[in-house]
Amino acid sequence: MEKKTMTCINCPMGCQVTVEYELKDGKADPGSFVITGNTCPRGKTYAESEMTDPVRTVTGTVSVTGGELPVVSVKTDRPVPKDLVMDVADELMKIKAASPVKIGDIVAANICGTDANIVATSNVRVC
Amino acid sequence: MDNDCIVIGAGVVGAAIARELSRYDLKVAVLEKASDVCEGTSKANSGIVHAGFDAKPGTLKALYNVKGSLMMEQLSRELDFDYKRNGSLVLAFAPEDMDKLNELKDRGIKNGVKDIKILTGDEVKTMEPALSDDVYAALYAPTGGIVCPFGLTLALAENACVNGVSFVFSSEVENIEKTEDGFVVKTGTGEYHARTVINAAGVYADAIHNMVCEDKINITARKGEYCLYDKKVGNLVSSTIFRVPGAMGKGILVTPTVHGNLLIGPTAEDTDDKENVATTAEGIASVIKGGAVSLKSVPGKSVITSFAGLRAHSDKGDFIIGRTSVKGFYDAAGIESPGLSAAPAIGEAIAGMVSEDLGAGLKENFIATRKGIPNMAHADDETRKELIKQDERFATVVCRCELVTEGEIVNAITRPLGATTLDGVKRRTRAGMGRCQSGFCSPTVMGILARELDKPVTEITKHGKGSEFVTDHK
Amino acid sequence: MHKQIVIIGGGPAGLAAAVAAKDSGIDDIVVIERASSPGGILMQCIHNGFGLHTFKEELTGPEYAERFIRKAEERNIEILLSTFAIDITADKTVTCMSRDKGIFTIEADAIILAMGCRERPRGALNTPGYRPAGIYSAGTAQKLVNLEGKMPGSEVVILGSGDIGLIMARRMTLEGAKVKAVAEIMPYSGGLKRNIVQCLDDFSIPLLLSTTVVDIAGKDRVESVTLAKVDEKLNPIPGTEEVVKCDTLLLSCGLLPENELSQQMGVTLSPVTGGPVVDESLETSIEGVFAAGNVLHVHDLVDYVSEEASNAGAKAAEYVKGLSGKAGKGTGYKVETGNGVRYTVPTIIHPEKVSDLTTIRFRVGNVYKNPEICVYIGDRCVIRRKKMICAPGEMEQVVLKKDDIATLKDGETVKVLLENI
Repeated sequence: MEKKTMTCINCPMGCQVTVEYELKDGKADPGSFVITGNTCPRGKTYAESEMTDPVRTVTGTVSVTGGELPVVSVKTDRPVPKDLVMDVADELMKIKAASPVKIGDIVAANICGTDANIVATSNVRVC
Repeated sequence: MDNDCIVIGAGVVGAAIARELSRYDLKVAVLEKASDVCEGTSKANSGIVHAGFDAKPGTLKALYNVKGSLMMEQLSRELDFDYKRNGSLVLAFAPEDMDKLNELKDRGIKNGVKDIKILTGDEVKTMEPALSDDVYAALYAPTGGIVCPFGLTLALAENACVNGVSFVFSSEVENIEKTEDGFVVKTGTGEYHARTVINAAGVYADAIHNMVCEDKINITARKGEYCLYDKKVGNLVSSTIFRVPGAMGKGILVTPTVHGNLLIGPTAEDTDDKENVATTAEGIASVIKGGAVSLKSVPGKSVITSFAGLRAHSDKGDFIIGRTSVKGFYDAAGIESPGLSAAPAIGEAIAGMVSEDLGAGLKENFIATRKGIPNMAHADDETRKELIKQDERFATVVCRCELVTEGEIVNAITRPLGATTLDGVKRRTRAGMGRCQSGFCSPTVMGILARELDKPVTEITKHGKGSEFVTDHK
Repeated sequence: MHKQIVIIGGGPAGLAAAVAAKDSGIDDIVVIERASSPGGILMQCIHNGFGLHTFKEELTGPEYAERFIRKAEERNIEILLSTFAIDITADKTVTCMSRDKGIFTIEADAIILAMGCRERPRGALNTPGYRPAGIYSAGTAQKLVNLEGKMPGSEVVILGSGDIGLIMARRMTLEGAKVKAVAEIMPYSGGLKRNIVQCLDDFSIPLLLSTTVVDIAGKDRVESVTLAKVDEKLNPIPGTEEVVKCDTLLLSCGLLPENELSQQMGVTLSPVTGGPVVDESLETSIEGVFAAGNVLHVHDLVDYVSEEASNAGAKAAEYVKGLSGKAGKGTGYKVETGNGVRYTVPTIIHPEKVSDLTTIRFRVGNVYKNPEICVYIGDRCVIRRKKMICAPGEMEQVVLKKDDIATLKDGETVKVLLENI
């Protein structure tokens, strides 16, 4: 029996939710989840998704050449696996976009093989 | 011989000496270990122009304090720095304090302080309603004043610079060698030769003196911590409020600053480390406690910053000023309070001695006046409009707390002895000195410095090498 | 120049107010913005999580701002950029300064204050130690990293666990810095749980509660900070000091409404919020002068800033059209705080001026589990709502019905409080 404790993010209660589970093929077996510590059903749902498919939207900046600002803000257009967040961040440091950049422009596709694109979240005009 | 005079130290005393020397036909250089003028004791003190009742009659402190204090008003007009004669009060809290108060009054009269008198507790409270109900009486000196210590130091240095004095920064003096006809001063950035050397090295004046003279002196760094309060409470008191003094100094004072803030401090604690300007929890607590003795209540929530400065305290207890055992070497050492008040007079006296010894005459083309950096915050609308017409950058506000514009910051950087650091801009323009303490404007000021100095922003510092702010990360 | 409505600030509050005023039928509007583009602080808040209430989707700060900038553009609302309001008088004359126009004045029928807030500086905390380079407010660091592409340091300690501090912990980590700890003097964090988990826990950054910085070392650049535990009175406990090597200290110790201009014109400020005292119409003590957003009280969600500012815009429009204000404005009824409630906005209600629904926003003073949020009109309880938890970091609100407010009698007040605590 494995055990993992996490803080639920749904409200300021911040319930410490504990998931007890069995490993199956090296992965947590959803069928075995015993979830305790949550005060409401949202805590259970949260714990389940954090156990089976934890994902995050990554936001950051990438360099811009020839723009009125040296960087433009970006995000992944869909959440990426939590384990890959730092890899995505490292990739962002290598990207150079050319100005002008407009909100919604894709500055890099399929980042780290996640199917997520890196899209601009602000505008940078030509200097 | 490269120079007639080398002044060591670009604090208020060094700057005053340099400025007075620049009246004469002399080649003068100022060596400073920091990256700017006014980086030591001169930047962290009470900003008080003492009336002159505190020092014992016959001491150099008394002599130069009274003289300097009398010079300050005209000097402020000539050199365009902020000065205000706001009067000072020394509070007594019990009948036992009256002997001391009368002694101060007598000293004041002997020292030549004008219109000094003792007020009753009621008179004091009418004058300053925010003072503690426990005030029993006070010594009132209407000639006491307040000055911007940065403004004074910068004005003196700039005027010296315009009159031909060269300033060499980031050059710490490592050794001084006496030669037949003068001195060789060795610094980290090179050797400088001069017929005379003037020691105005603040807390390091003993080290400099002892490099040259057999009769050693000792300077102790005495730390003073302060709290600075928001302009919202800047008019809590209108005079400078002292208490009957103790052994370590005049105790915690409460004063408005020339810029309209409230200042409380300093503590007095000797420190072995002459770079130790760290504030301490105990120090800040005793500032607040000290303020609470004089005031009904200390506006605790309105504090915007705390800081510490080091006074250069001589074992002799008095200023050490003038010729020394070594011909051509002059001291302006042990300049603790009332040093800021005395500085103009010390400058005049030292310059007088040096010029006499060197047989130098007065210059014909000495420029006695200097115009400060325009000040949009205090200008009337006509002046503001005129400034914007001349340079539209005066319409771009950079520091919102103190209303400092890009025009003023560019002026501060590009004028004689211009600012090269963020602290330098701050002392010259007040950008970053307001209630947000540079949170809002520092990135912009860094950008302006980089542009005007033609440097990458990664090389812009707070106060010289080693105090860089940012790096490139991509 | 004369304008019907002048809005000071082109951030989320100013833009929402302008849009609402325009939609309420006022055409003669100008927004004064000191930056070279509108959007305010949102432009540097590049993380996501904005707009869930307003747009039912999760946006980043610049994207949220863009939605409102577009709304303003569609309505041809005039925004004066790079323009600084340097003075406002009680008779509603605004003095502005800009490169193009120099110094000029605008006489306004109504003014909406939307200047936002600023960060509490180190001085206000009176942290002992040296004053080297490397100490930044979290927002300054955010600006340097997100807008200027510069790194303020590589080994970081953050003091204060407000949301900006938490967001910056993650941001600095993603940019390759090592965030060694977030210290929080209180026994709880003022930040959202979501941020604690996704900005700290995800990156194994320790959150040290009841901990503060008691010393800063380094004469030129920060070299280390000393952390210490604090007791219940928030005083450091001797013997608990721990030196943490770092080159950067970020301060995230709260926000203060920026009311210099409000004070210049004589608007009465609340000592609790630091923002203007307002009534149900978000009108300040000066007739025709309204306030909304962080200048009024510091919000945690921009969605509520927009909502509040829309209300101020609509009310200012009504005032200009002569539908409210001068005529019939009595002294109003007080909104008082009771048990557990630290402040309310508004603090005055004029029954003759209320819309169908009146929102009262408030904050509690401590963490309370299972409280009941209650509103009494006179001695009549008109709202009783159970909550699992209330915390100082999360703004609460109650919505009063016009009919309930209409029952107020002379000498009565509206009272907001927590019960069962």
